[in-house]
Amino acid sequence: MIPEDLKYTKDHEWVRIEGSEVVIGITDYAQSALGDITFVELPDEGGEVKMSDTFATVESVKAASDIYAPLTGKITAANGALEDTPELINQSPYGDGWICRIAATDASEEKVLLDAAAYGQFLEESKS
Amino acid sequence: MELIFSKSKQGKRGIKFPRVDVPVEVKIEPKYKREKLAELPSVSEPEVVRHFTNLSKKNFDVDSHFYPLGSCTMKYNPKITEKLASLEGFASLHPLDPQLIMGGMLTQGALEVISNLEALLCEITGMDAFTTQPMAGAHGELTGIMLIAAYHRNKGNKKKYVLIPDSGHGTNPATAAIAGYEVKTVPSDENGVMDLNEFKEALTSEVAAVMLTCPNTLGIFNPHIKKITDAAHKVGALMYYDGANLNAIMGKVRPGDLGFDVIHLNLHKTFGTPHGGGGPGSGPVGVREELEEFLPVSRVVKRKDGTFALDYEKPLSIGYISQFYGNFGVMLKAYVYILLLGKEGLIKASEIAVLNANYLKVKLKKYLDVPFDKNCLHEFVASVSHQAERGVRAIDVAKALIDKGIHPPTVYFPLIVKEAMMIEPTETESKETLDEFIEVMKELALLAEREPDVFRDFPKTTCVSRLDEVKAAKDMDLACLS
Repeated sequence: MIPEDLKYTKDHEWVRIEGSEVVIGITDYAQSALGDITFVELPDEGGEVKMSDTFATVESVKAASDIYAPLTGKITAANGALEDTPELINQSPYGDGWICRIAATDASEEKVLLDAAAYGQFLEESKS
Repeated sequence: MELIFSKSKQGKRGIKFPRVDVPVEVKIEPKYKREKLAELPSVSEPEVVRHFTNLSKKNFDVDSHFYPLGSCTMKYNPKITEKLASLEGFASLHPLDPQLIMGGMLTQGALEVISNLEALLCEITGMDAFTTQPMAGAHGELTGIMLIAAYHRNKGNKKKYVLIPDSGHGTNPATAAIAGYEVKTVPSDENGVMDLNEFKEALTSEVAAVMLTCPNTLGIFNPHIKKITDAAHKVGALMYYDGANLNAIMGKVRPGDLGFDVIHLNLHKTFGTPHGGGGPGSGPVGVREELEEFLPVSRVVKRKDGTFALDYEKPLSIGYISQFYGNFGVMLKAYVYILLLGKEGLIKASEIAVLNANYLKVKLKKYLDVPFDKNCLHEFVASVSHQAERGVRAIDVAKALIDKGIHPPTVYFPLIVKEAMMIEPTETESKETLDEFIEVMKELALLAEREPDVFRDFPKTTCVSRLDEVKAAKDMDLACLS
């Protein structure tokens, strides 16, 4: 299940581009590999992030994983619902389990992101 | 099992004291008096004995079961070490004794044990000085990185980063962060060791230290180790050796000879003292000569007349890292263990540990994937990914093993292996035990093919069934009894 309308990173994050803002979450593959998610450390709204910086943490029964900023920009919103119900990421990784919104400042960075086909191929390659 | 409080019935007593026949006058300031009576169970002596005896029978321990818990080195704890550590002369010493006037003369034996143990650890690891103060591995790591920070501060070096490979123990990045450094993770190469090119790229003059576990958590010895330590020293970074896996190389290679500057050991792993709930642990830290002046106070020193004393005159010391001298009883047991085995014995222990791990790896390859399939050292990492395609994950196999009377291996670590199962048999297991384990894994692999659904219900033989790990992690209730 890799939605066609999203962009992806090799760190298993997805990005939905909505005008000048982007919505970010982790992919279905990532949530399934992590297992039951127990805690999400959200970024501060208003904070600045640089591409590839760690800006959030997702903890599951197996491990704590850093989430890397797929793009540079300013955090405009964080999904507060994850504080009490982090399992939303397991239940709906591409929907209610979104992590935050970023006002991206460098549109050229989007070119580095993978499309659904390229991400699917990346998953296949890393399986072998 | 019931709590002892539920057996409580007013009026029951274990001991009855006779009525006091002398005047009682105890002056305690009201502010120190408790407002209500302590909540203690009223139970008879046999009830107390039965309760705790039955509770202890529920223990899953290395004295009763095979315990192949990777990176934990759950080897058998020889009982003679317990016996010697409980000798009256050691067990009833008060830690303040050597600090009293003339007290040093009453504690010469204990100080000699610490001094001799430090010397033996220096010889085993190739370091110049040791402190026995840290209470466990992670505590030793923190001490070690604080020593490195003190060294750089004293030299006026401006350092910012600590490099750690992605197979490192989770405590490594936590240690570096608490000591005030930023962590940079270096990926592994296709052989399962730190990628040399990526390492060189990350290695700048701002790097304070490189933390390595060698052999690493995949049980693989880094073939580039000399290149790594040389390159680090060239930019003024120090090499930190995480000693969790020392059991693989005792007497074969000395970290000091490889170019490591600071090392911690886990006496409770490598040197056979109890841990895993049966501890406490002990995490001595060894350093090269240049770092000795920063070691925690007090230092045990040998005077010219052959007597031992405590030295506090160390102006550059990082200070106390724990109360007194560390877990003395544990040090004593480790000292006995080292003397019992001797040089040849320690070498043999490492050899058998490596042999046992390789035997299991080769035999288990038929039933489990082994992603980095090289000759391993004391442990190896298998993957349950093949079974996971049928819905049986590492956690399910782990739970099934409990029903078979085997402690599950470490699961889901290191993170670079999917559905990881990290297996470390240690040298103290016989071929018969290893063969039994192989049989059990074979049986479970077949079961995973035929009836994957049954795994959801394991374990069935324990006093509690499968625990809700999500609830345990999410809804923590750490309040004390009110």
